[in-house]
Formats: sequence, structure tokens, C-alpha cells
Amino acid sequence: MELVLFFILAIIAVGAAINMVVQKHPIHSALSLIVVMGTLSLFYVMLHAEFLAVVQVIVYAGAIMVLFVFVIMLLNPHAAEHTTRYGTILKFGGVPLGLLLLAEIVVVVQRSVGAARPASALAGTTEAVGRLLFTEYLIPFEFISVVILVAILGAVVLTKREL
Amino acid sequence: MVPLNYFLILAAILFSIGVIGFVMKRNVITMFMSIELMLNSVNLTFVAFSRYIQNLSGQIFVFFVMVIAAAEAAVGLAIIVALYRNRESLNVDEADRMKL
Amino acid sequence: MEPRTYLWLIPILPLLGATLNGVLGRRFSRAAVSAIALLSTGLSCALAIFEVVTLSDVFPIIERHFTWIQAGSLRVGYDLLLDPLSSVMVLVVTVVGLLIHIYSVGYMAHEEGPNFGGFYRFFSYMNLFMFAMLTLVLANNYVLMFVGWEGVGLCSYLLIGFYFRKQSASDAGKKAFITNRIGDFGLTLGLFSLFWMFGTLDYQPIFARAAAMPVEPLHQFGALTIITLLLFIGATGKSAQIPLYVWLPDAMEGPTPVSALIHAATMVTAGVYMMARSNVLFSHAPTTLLIVAVIGAITALFAGTMGLVQRDMKRILAYSTISQLGYMFLACGVGAYAAGIFHLMTHAFFKALLFLAAGSVMHAMRGELDIFKMGGLRKKMATTYWTFLIASLAIAGIPGFSGFFSKDEILWRAFNSPEYGRLLWAVGWITAGLTALYMFRIVFVAFHGEFRGGDEAWHHAHESPRVIRVPLVLLAVGALLAGYVQVPKFIFGGVEKFSDFLAPVFASTTTHGVAETAVNGGHHLELGLTALSVLIALAGIGIAYLVFRAKPERADLLEQKLKPLHSLLFHKYWIDELYSTLFIRPIQFLSTWVLWKIVDLFVIDGLGVNGSGFVVRGLGRGLRHLQSGRVRAYAGWVVLGAVLIVAFLVFKV
Repeated sequence: MELVLFFILAIIAVGAAINMVVQKHPIHSALSLIVVMGTLSLFYVMLHAEFLAVVQVIVYAGAIMVLFVFVIMLLNPHAAEHTTRYGTILKFGGVPLGLLLLAEIVVVVQRSVGAARPASALAGTTEAVGRLLFTEYLIPFEFISVVILVAILGAVVLTKREL
Repeated sequence: MVPLNYFLILAAILFSIGVIGFVMKRNVITMFMSIELMLNSVNLTFVAFSRYIQNLSGQIFVFFVMVIAAAEAAVGLAIIVALYRNRESLNVDEADRMKL
Repeated sequence: MEPRTYLWLIPILPLLGATLNGVLGRRFSRAAVSAIALLSTGLSCALAIFEVVTLSDVFPIIERHFTWIQAGSLRVGYDLLLDPLSSVMVLVVTVVGLLIHIYSVGYMAHEEGPNFGGFYRFFSYMNLFMFAMLTLVLANNYVLMFVGWEGVGLCSYLLIGFYFRKQSASDAGKKAFITNRIGDFGLTLGLFSLFWMFGTLDYQPIFARAAAMPVEPLHQFGALTIITLLLFIGATGKSAQIPLYVWLPDAMEGPTPVSALIHAATMVTAGVYMMARSNVLFSHAPTTLLIVAVIGAITALFAGTMGLVQRDMKRILAYSTISQLGYMFLACGVGAYAAGIFHLMTHAFFKALLFLAAGSVMHAMRGELDIFKMGGLRKKMATTYWTFLIASLAIAGIPGFSGFFSKDEILWRAFNSPEYGRLLWAVGWITAGLTALYMFRIVFVAFHGEFRGGDEAWHHAHESPRVIRVPLVLLAVGALLAGYVQVPKFIFGGVEKFSDFLAPVFASTTTHGVAETAVNGGHHLELGLTALSVLIALAGIGIAYLVFRAKPERADLLEQKLKPLHSLLFHKYWIDELYSTLFIRPIQFLSTWVLWKIVDLFVIDGLGVNGSGFVVRGLGRGLRHLQSGRVRAYAGWVVLGAVLIVAFLVFKV
């Protein structure tokens, strides 16, 4: 039952990802990416990481992708663009290269991990994650909030008219 | 129960698609989305490992990755806006002067 | 509680003067430049006298300031040492140096044309020299001594080539520098070996350990013999001994005060000082001592003969300097270090005086130095004449003058040397006669008789100003009286203040070394030998009078009769030509055809410089296409790199 669900979701995710790459217009790619992220959120639920599943939807699908879509709408770019010589080389070089990388990773995974299964259920509850985040990882947490602040300032500075 | 390697191979597939997208696409925004896809696939491996080796730290890492991704998206998209304003184009091949 | 000492100020003050004059001298007036130079030297001199007088009871004083070099087990500190030996040297250097500085103010004021660079440049170099020389004698380890050693070499080069627009002057400077470099090569090898053997370069530990070592047998080459020979090579360069003496006569191209200070009184005695300082080492290597004595004696004789026929006044004095340095080395070689230092001191006075008087003459003669174009100057320049005469009497060894005491001491110790003592004495004895002969040749030809330089020059000739005459008189007093600190026993029981003063420095030598020579024959023999040397000195003066004064045409007659001998001596035994053929030509050939044409032009320029440039240019031409500025191309390369790295991880097993 779980395995069937996994395969259905996996097919949706990979299909959406491929669609993201194939689509010409950025808005179509963005919508496909949202689908991928949604399925990933479901995978997190399957892995008992409920907190992350929610955050995935709120932050990724919600905030980040909305930002993407907003920029796409703001800039309204053309769908098709002319190709250069480099473009051709990369178009035909990129796919085999990516597939090669995939094959290698699969070999590594199969050789090292194999078909391991979880010993017992681990509750990725919000409480457990929160406890860890505010005890052991408190200082990284504080630092990362500063990073966010800097990113906000950076975005403001970069989008000013007179750069 | 789904074996660990299934998740890992799924993540590898998504990651490779992200790589291919990054190399092939000329549109800056799509390339950026490819990066997000790669980050997401790595997140999936984190969560899967966290589940299978019984350690919640993996989930904390994913949380941090998401925060960094959000910050990166904000700055990256701001750069894209600035670039577009200067060049009237989103084609990265035209932005090869290493300056605006 | 050690007394508070200020030794470091002694060398630093002249350095301060040199820096001030060197950097800012262009803006100063001549009076200001002279004031700075004289003040720094004078203060240094006063301080040196003060320190020596107040501290002489508590010698040796070691002032440790800071660690200068620390590398592995090597520690070199900026440590200064004041003991009887260095205090003698410091006093000689500062007192003579101060007098020569005063003299220079008068001398350079006239000598200096507006085109020949700075008045300030001269005083800056002179002060720098004082700094280096004081560092040399005050250093408490060989490395710091070597700093001073090289420093005086540099200043010597700068001052010989002071009139650098003159080809011969700049050539002479280079000759001095390169010849010294050969000697310094030996010295540095000696220092390396010292460090290798003793693990330190500080004086006290080396001497303490060397004193405990057995004396090496004669005619054998042990470790100490090799080391001392290497040190001696350094000394031959700096102190102009055979075979490296050739630079000193040419060094007379420099201004006369320079010749007096550097090339007569102080720098050239650095080799003697170094040997006296290392007396423990030398005393344990009798083979080296014998070589030193023989070289010293031969140099003394050889330079004396060359001095006989030169016509240039300063050159005669230069050969005389070499000859007197030979005496000092002879003294060190027979283990009579105190006698060597004694002669060094008296020589500093009378030789500086001779040079300064020669400078005064030169000044009166508008730069003319050929003694055969002078004559009768006694009437025009009374002070110069009398001081020159006193110095000549001193150097000739006439009783009562300082040179008599020191030279006699050396000859007496040489006579008592166990190895070839009689022979060494004989050579020294003949040289004493030669010394008197060539010195009084100058006196009779230049100061007596008829003037041969033409009427106009005669009218121009005049006595020098007071600023020049005062140092002359003071030095003449020194030349007269400096000898009375050490008087032989047979004269009123003798005075041995000087050797008693120096005794602590040479203490270990006299207990262990060969210097402990049984005094053969006692005072009667010493008296007899002294009488002999006075006799030959008087004979020298007499011959000079007969040939050059009584009947000047005899000189030409003699020259005609002994044409080959005269020619040999006049051309300085063709030693310069010999060196040129033996060393300089082959080295030039090698440099031109092998080092320049093949090594430099082909290997270094061709393969090295242009070759590497060619390779890098080719690589760059190929690789620059990689840096296209296209982000996607970069991304492609990153992916390729990732693929390769993962492939390596996957398939490496």
C-alpha cells in the first residue's frame, strides 16, 4: 500500500520535474515546480516529518514560488529566445552529462545503502523538532535569522532604481 | 515500508533533472528554479536519512536549507530584476561581460 | 651590580651623524654639516674616553642589548664588549678619527669643487665609517664583528671612489671592493667552520673551549689550523697583505683624509685586531702562526722595496703602510700580540700624521703629488715640515720616538721566536733600513733642496690654515709620546703599562701558547739588537741624504746603473700584470664565452625567460576560451567535474 503510494507520487514528481525543464515559458515551469514541491511535502508526511511537510508547503510552495511567479509577471519575459553556438553544445551535452551523473549516484546508492528499512518509527513531531531547534541548534538558528535579515536588505538594495 | 534506496534514487533523479535544466535552459528564472529543484531533492535525502538512521538533526538541516533557499530566492530574484532592467533580456548567454 | 654603561652610544652617535648628513645634508650649510660630523664624532670620542677611564677596573664589560638573529642553535646578539684590547682600538679609532674629521673640515673646504657632489656626502661616509669601525672593535661575537668588517669595506669603497667622475678613482674603488671580497670569502668560511666546530659565534665560549684544546703540532693541518688560516685570509684582504695587498696603493685615489683614516690608521688594522682578538685560536695553531709570521715578514720587505722607487708621495706612504702592517702580522705570527697592537697604535698616530701632512703638501701644490716636482717646501710650510719630520723619525725607529719602541719590541720578539726567529728578525731588520731610506727620500726630495715645480707653483705654495695645522700638531705629539707606555727593560728598568693593560686578553695565550718564549741572552742581547736596528735606520737616513740631498744627480745615475732592478721595483714586480694574466683574463674569458653567451643568453634568456613565457602564452591562448563569461558554460564544467569526481569515487576500488 505504502509502496504503491510512493510510486504514484514519484511518477508525478519526476513527470512534473521533467515538464519544468521542457516547458518554454517560465510561468509553466514555475507551476510544474510547485507540483514537485507539493509531492515532496507528501513524501515528508510519509517519512513522518510532519513539521517539515507543513513548512515545505508554506515556505517553498507558498512564499518562494509566489516570489518567482511575481517576478515572472513583473518582468513578463518572452517565451522563445534565440540560440547561440554554446546553447547548442550545452543542449546536447547537458542531457548525457546529467544522465551520467544519475547513473553514478545510483551505483553509489545501491552499493552503499542497499534496501535498508527503518527499524522503528521515529516521530518527527513538531514538538521534538522545536525542542532540538531551540536547544542544541539555538545559535545556528539565531545566525540564520541574521542571514535572512541581510538577504532582505540585499534584495532592497539590489532592486533600487539607481544601482 | 519503503526502502531507503528508493527515496535516494528518486532524489538522484530529481537532482539530475535539476542539473540538466540548469545547463540547458537559457532563461535565468528557469535556471534558478532548477537550483530550487536540486535543493529540494537534497532535502528529500536529508529527511529520508533522518528517518532511517533515527536522528532528527537531518530535519533541522532541512529547515536551515529552506531558510537559506528563501534568502537566496530573495537576493537572486532581486539580481534578476536588476539584470533585466539593464539588459532587457533574461538570456544568460547575453550576460557574459562579467559586469552590468 | 654591574655599573651602568653606555657602550652602545659610542657607535650609534656617528651613525646618527651619518644619517643626518646623508639624508638632510643637501639642505644644510657647510658649517652645519661640519658641526654635525664633528659633534657626533667628538661626543663618541669623549664617551669612549670616559667609559674606558671609569671602567678599566672592572674589565671586561659585556653589554647585551637584544637578540639579533635566532635560528636553530645559532644565537647572535647585539652584544658589545669592552675589554683592554677593544678599549685600545676604540681610543685609537675615536681619537685619530676625531682629529682627521677636524682636519677634513679644512681640507675638503678647499678640495671640493662644486661639480663633485657633496661636502655632506664626504662627512656622511666618514661618520658611517666611524660607526662601522666602532661596531667592528666593540662587537662581542664574530657576526657583529663581520657586520662592522663589511661596513668599513663598504665605506672604504665609497670613499676611494669619492671622486666617482674620475675613471681611475671608481676603478680603484672596485678593485678594493673585489679584492676584499676574496678575503671576506675566506673569513666567512672561517666563521662557518667556527660555528660548525663550537656551535656558537660568541667570543667567550669559543675562546674558553679553544683554550682547553691541545695545541696542534707544527707543520700539521688540524681543524684549528684550517679555521685560523681561513680567518687569516680574511685578514690579508682587509689588512693588505700578500697576496691581496694590491688594492691599497690604488686606494690612494680617495681624498687624503680618507687615506689617513681608513687606509692607514684604522680600517687596514682590522685584520690585526681580529687576529689579536682570536689569539687563543691562533696560539693553538702554530702552523698558521708560522705562515702569518712569514707572510708578514715578506710583505714588510716586499712593500718596502716597492716604496723605494715610487714618485707619488701618497703611494710611497701606501707601500709604507703595507710594510708596517707586515710588521704587525709578524708580531702576531710570533705570538707577540701585545707588541702587534702596540705597533698598531703608534702606527695609527704617525701614519695618519704622514698622510695628513702629505695632504697638506698636496693642498699647497694644487693636487701635485710627484715628489720630484717639489723641493724646498721646508721654507714655505714650517709646521707641515716639522710634523712630517717627526712622523718620519717615528716610523724610521729613531730612539725617543714612538715607532722605535713598538718596532723594537716586535723585532726582539721575532728574534726570540723558536721557528726561523733569526731569519724573521733579519728580514724585519732590513725592512727597518728600507723604511728609513724611503721616508727620508721623501723628506729630502720634497722638503729640502731646490724647488723643481716651476715659479708659478712656487708662488702658490703656502702653509695650510690652522684647522689643518692643529690636528697635525696634535698627532705629532701623539707620534712623539705614544711609545712611552711601553719601554724596553734595558732603559731605566722599562715601562710595561701597555702589555700589563692588555695582559688579561692574552692571558690564556701566554699560559698555553707558543708565545711563552724563553728570553734568550737577556738584556745585553736585546740592547745589541736595538743598537743594530738603530744603526740600520741611521744608515738608511744617511744613504737617503747622500743620494737625494747631497748630490741629487746621483739618484739618476743610480737609476741608470740599476735599470732592471729599478724597473722591476717601479712596476711593482709586475704583480698587477701577473694577476691580470693569471686570474682576471681567464675569468673574463669564462664570463664572456661561457657564462654570458651560453648560460645567460641561451639557457637563462632563451630557455628560462623566453621559454617559460612562450609556454605560458601558449597555454593562456588555449585556456582563455574556457573563461567565456557564460554562466551556463561554467555550470557545464562544474557538472563535468562532479561527474569525474564521483566516477573516481565509484571506480577507484
